[in-house]
Amino acid sequence: MKRRDFIQLAGLGTGAFMMPAFAMGRNVSPEAFLEKSVDAAVNKRLADAALNAAKSKGASYADVRIGRYLNQFVVTREDKVQNIVNTESYGVGVRVIANGCWGFAAVVDVNNEAQMAKAAEDAVAIAKANAKLMKEPVQLAPQKGFGEVSWKAPIKKNAFEVPIKEKVDLLLSVNDAAMKNGANYVNSVLFLVNEQKYFASTDGSYIDQDVHRIWPIFNVTAIDPKSGKFETRNALSAPMGMGYDYLQANPSDKITGVTTRYNKGYDMLEDATAAAKQAKEKLTAKSVEAGKYDLILDPSHLWLTIHESVGHPLELDRVLGYEANFAGTSFATLDKWQSKNFQYGSKQVNLIADKLQEGSLGAVGWDDEGVNTKKWDLVKEGVLVNYQAIRDQAHIIGEKESHGCCYADSWSSVQFQRMPNVSLAAGKTPLSVDDMIKDVKKGIYIIGDGSFSIDQQRYNFQFGGQLFYEIKDGKIAGMLKDVAYQSNTQEFWNSCVQVCDEKDYRLGGSFFDGKGQPSQSSAVSHGSSTARFNGVNVINTARKI
Amino acid sequence: MSIILTESEAKALLQKVLAYSKADECEINLLGEERGNLRYARNEVSTSGSLINQNLSVQSSFGKKVGVATIDEFSEESLEKVVRRSEELAQLAPENPEYVSILEPQTYLKSSGFFESTAGINADKRADAVAKSLELSRAKNLTAAGFLDNQKGYSAMMNSKGLFAYYPSTSVNFSLTVRTPDGTGSGYIARGYSDVNKLDTAAATTIAIQKAMGSMNAKALEPGKYTVILEPTAAAVLLENIYFNFDARSADEGRSFLSKPGGKTKLGEKIVDERVNIYSDPTHPDLPASPWAGDGQPLDKITWIEKGVVKNMIYSRYWAQKNNVKAVPSPSNVIMDGGTATMEELIKSTKQGILVTKLWYIREVDPQTLLLTGLTRDGTFYIENGVIKHPVKNFRFNESPVIMLNNLETLGKSERVVSTESDRNYMVPPMKIREFTFSSLSDAV
Repeated sequence: MKRRDFIQLAGLGTGAFMMPAFAMGRNVSPEAFLEKSVDAAVNKRLADAALNAAKSKGASYADVRIGRYLNQFVVTREDKVQNIVNTESYGVGVRVIANGCWGFAAVVDVNNEAQMAKAAEDAVAIAKANAKLMKEPVQLAPQKGFGEVSWKAPIKKNAFEVPIKEKVDLLLSVNDAAMKNGANYVNSVLFLVNEQKYFASTDGSYIDQDVHRIWPIFNVTAIDPKSGKFETRNALSAPMGMGYDYLQANPSDKITGVTTRYNKGYDMLEDATAAAKQAKEKLTAKSVEAGKYDLILDPSHLWLTIHESVGHPLELDRVLGYEANFAGTSFATLDKWQSKNFQYGSKQVNLIADKLQEGSLGAVGWDDEGVNTKKWDLVKEGVLVNYQAIRDQAHIIGEKESHGCCYADSWSSVQFQRMPNVSLAAGKTPLSVDDMIKDVKKGIYIIGDGSFSIDQQRYNFQFGGQLFYEIKDGKIAGMLKDVAYQSNTQEFWNSCVQVCDEKDYRLGGSFFDGKGQPSQSSAVSHGSSTARFNGVNVINTARKI
Repeated sequence: MSIILTESEAKALLQKVLAYSKADECEINLLGEERGNLRYARNEVSTSGSLINQNLSVQSSFGKKVGVATIDEFSEESLEKVVRRSEELAQLAPENPEYVSILEPQTYLKSSGFFESTAGINADKRADAVAKSLELSRAKNLTAAGFLDNQKGYSAMMNSKGLFAYYPSTSVNFSLTVRTPDGTGSGYIARGYSDVNKLDTAAATTIAIQKAMGSMNAKALEPGKYTVILEPTAAAVLLENIYFNFDARSADEGRSFLSKPGGKTKLGEKIVDERVNIYSDPTHPDLPASPWAGDGQPLDKITWIEKGVVKNMIYSRYWAQKNNVKAVPSPSNVIMDGGTATMEELIKSTKQGILVTKLWYIREVDPQTLLLTGLTRDGTFYIENGVIKHPVKNFRFNESPVIMLNNLETLGKSERVVSTESDRNYMVPPMKIREFTFSSLSDAV
C-alpha cells in the first residue's frame, strides 16, 4: 500500500479523489486471521520445487519467498465506525540469477509444485532476456545457509486476536474524549500488520518468520467559525514492531513536560484529550516570526529528519545511482566515505543502523535474502564511516558480507536494499530536556512530525511539526504556529550541540517509506533522545488565498 | 482460463458467485491483471519482473450492517466460502449509519482503453524498447536510469439489483533519468500511454539527453519571486493537489481550501484565473479511463472548474443524500484544457524567467491554503529576453497551486503526462506563471 492510498483510506486526507476501487488489496473476514498459517513442511516442498526448476533451467542462484500478508484497519470518525477492513495477500515470488542477470516472477493462487516450477522458469526466462543488456554480471556476497530456522516478533499480545469490539470501543472513546475537549472533528484509525514470510534459497536456508506491527493514529481538527480558519493536531504515537501491548501504557512509558509523550506504551485517550485542547490553542497561537532559532527537537519529530537526511542518503543503491530515476542519488558519495574524515555532523552525532532493536519496525531475524540481521555504525563522532548494503553491493564497499537489510513489501515485489532502523545515539553525559532548554536564549521546541520534503540528493530539506513552543531566555514562552525550518543536511547535523541522555530515548518511525520502481513501502523506526541544533533557518508558512 | 476474463466470462463468474448470496443486498467486484516491468540504472538492467493478479471482493449487507470479504482463488468451493464469510462479517459488524443501498442497473459511456498492441508486450519487447534508449545514452557517454512498466487487465462488477459493468484496459509507462558522468547535469522524461504504438523510447531519450547536457554547470540565482514556465510534468504534481481536495463534505465541514467562514463553501465562486478549465471525461481519446466507479456509479463527463469558477465538488452517495443533491463520484481521469502557445512561444515571450521541467518531493504544508513545498529537479533554466541563457541551480519552492493559477500568464497545448508523485496520468498544459515563490537554493543535481 502506498502512503497516499493509506491516507485516503484512513480518512486522514480531505477527500477520496480518484481512489482506485481496489487500492486496498484483498479483504477477508476476521476469523480468517486465526486460521493456522501454511505449514513449514508444505512451504519447504513448494520452495524446493522452484529452486530445483530454476537450477535445471540454468540459474546460478535462486530464492523463493512464500508470503502471507495480513492487514487490519479499524477506521472511525467522531461517533461512527466508517470501515473495518481485513486484507489478506498470499502468493510467491521467485528470484534468480541466470547468465549473470537478475530475473523475478511472482504468482498468486499457488497450491502445487508445477506452479512453483513455472514461476521459476519464467524468472529464468526474464533473466536471460535481460542479460543481453547487461555488461557486468551480478556479484553476490557469499552467504552460508542456516538450514530450517524461524523467528517471531517478541509480542506480548497478538493484536489480531483482540476482538473487533474492543478495538472499536477504544477508538470511539478516543474520539469522544477529543470531541468533549473542544475538537470539531476527529478521525482515528488502528492499523495492524502481520507478515508471515517463508524464505528459501539455493544457499540452503529455509527461514520461517512472523512479523507484527501496530500503528494507532488520530487527527483532530479545531475550527474557528468566525474566521473560517482551522488547525489540526495528529497523534504523538509511533508505529511499532509490537502487539496490542503497545496500547497499554504504564506510568514509566510517559514523558511528562509541556505535553505528554510516550515510549513503549501509548495512552491514546490521554493524547487525544490533549490534542483537542492544543488544536484549539493553535487557532490563537502567535504566528512565528521568520529568522534563525536554536531548535530543540523531540524524538517524536526528530525521527523524520533522521529518516530523510541520514537514512536515505546512506542507502548504497542511491549512492551508486540505482535510484537515480525515482528516489534520487546522494550527496554522501563514495569519495567522502573513502576520505575517512567527512564531517557529516558534529562530534555529538553518532548514527547507528540496527536491524535487531526490540520493538522497532525493522527488527527481523533474517532479511529477505537470507542474511542474518545485525547492528553497525554509519556516522561515528560526526564522521561518515559506512553505508547500508545488501549481497550484490557488499563488494563495492569492500565488505565480505551483506549488512542484512534487503526487503520486499510483498511476495509480488522483488526484494532490494531498504533502510534498516537508523538512530541517533543518546548523549553519554546526563542531560534532561529541562536542562537543555534552560540554556536556550531564542529557540523553538518542536514536538511531533508534520510536513516534510528533501531534495533528490538529500542536501536541502524543510520540515514542519505538530506542536511548536517558543523558548525565550531559557523558558517556554507559549505556543507558535506556521513554523517550518529549512536547512542543509551537513550544516544541520554539524549544528547539533547537545543530545539528551538515554532516559529520554524513544522510537519514532514510518509505515510507508517509499522507494523503487514499481514503488514499494517499507516500515522503519528511528530512535533518538531530544537534541539541540543551533541557528537553524525558520520560515513562516501562513498564506492567504 | 486466462487471468484476463472476457466480458462474457466475467459475467458468468459473477452470476455464479451471486447465486450463493443470502444477504439483503450483495455487490461483487472482480479484477484480473498481468504486469511486466524492466528497470535499469548505471546503463545496466537492475531488477525486472512479471506479475499476475486476480481478486474477487464480495460485499454483503443485512439492513445497514455490512461485511466485505475477498479471495484470490476461484474454485467453486472458494467462491461459496467468500460469500459466506462476507455474510458472517456483516452479521458481526455494527450498523453503519452512512450505508447507502446498492444501485439499480446503470448506463455507461463507451470508453476504449484496451489496446492489443500493449497487451502483446513481453520480456523481449521490453528489452528491445529499452535497448533503443540505452544505445543513445551509452553513445553519448551518459548514464541512464529508467523504468518501463506495462499492464493489461480488466475490472468487472455485479450486484443483486442486476447491475453489471465491465472495463478492460492496458497501459504502458516509461520514465528515464540521464545524468552526465561528472554529475553536474541531469535530465528527465516520462511518457504514459494506453497504446504502446505511441511510445517512442528513442525520441523520449533524446529529450532527456538534451536536458542532461544542457543542465551541466548550473549557476546559482537568488531565491525569490520569479516568472516561471512549468512544463506539463512539473505542473501536474502541483495541480493534482487541487484535484485531491475537491471533496464536498470536507468543504462543508470547514476543513478544506474550498471552505469559507460560516460553514459555506466556494462552490460557484471564481477561485482561479478565468482561462482555467478542468474536467473529467472517461472517453477522452488521449486519456481513456473507466466509465464507472467501483460502486457502479456512471462516470460521465463532468466539469470541476469552468472559467475559473468551481462548478462541481465530489459528493459521496451518503453526503449527497443528506444534502439533497446529486451524488458526484470520484473521477477516473482529469483534464485541464490548454491554450494554443507552443513551448517555443512561451519562452520567446518571456523577458526574464525560469523554465522548470520537473518538480520533486511535493508535500502539503498548509491544507487551508494548499501551500505546497518541493524542489525543482533534472533541468532548470534561466530565460532572458526570450532565450534560454543558462542552467540554474535547483530551488526549493513554497507555493499554493491556487495562488499559482491566479497568477497565470499563458497556457500552452495540453498533453498527457504521468505524475512523478502519484503515477497517475493527466492531461496538463505547459503554463507561464508570474511571481512563483522560490524560498531557498539546493545543491542537488
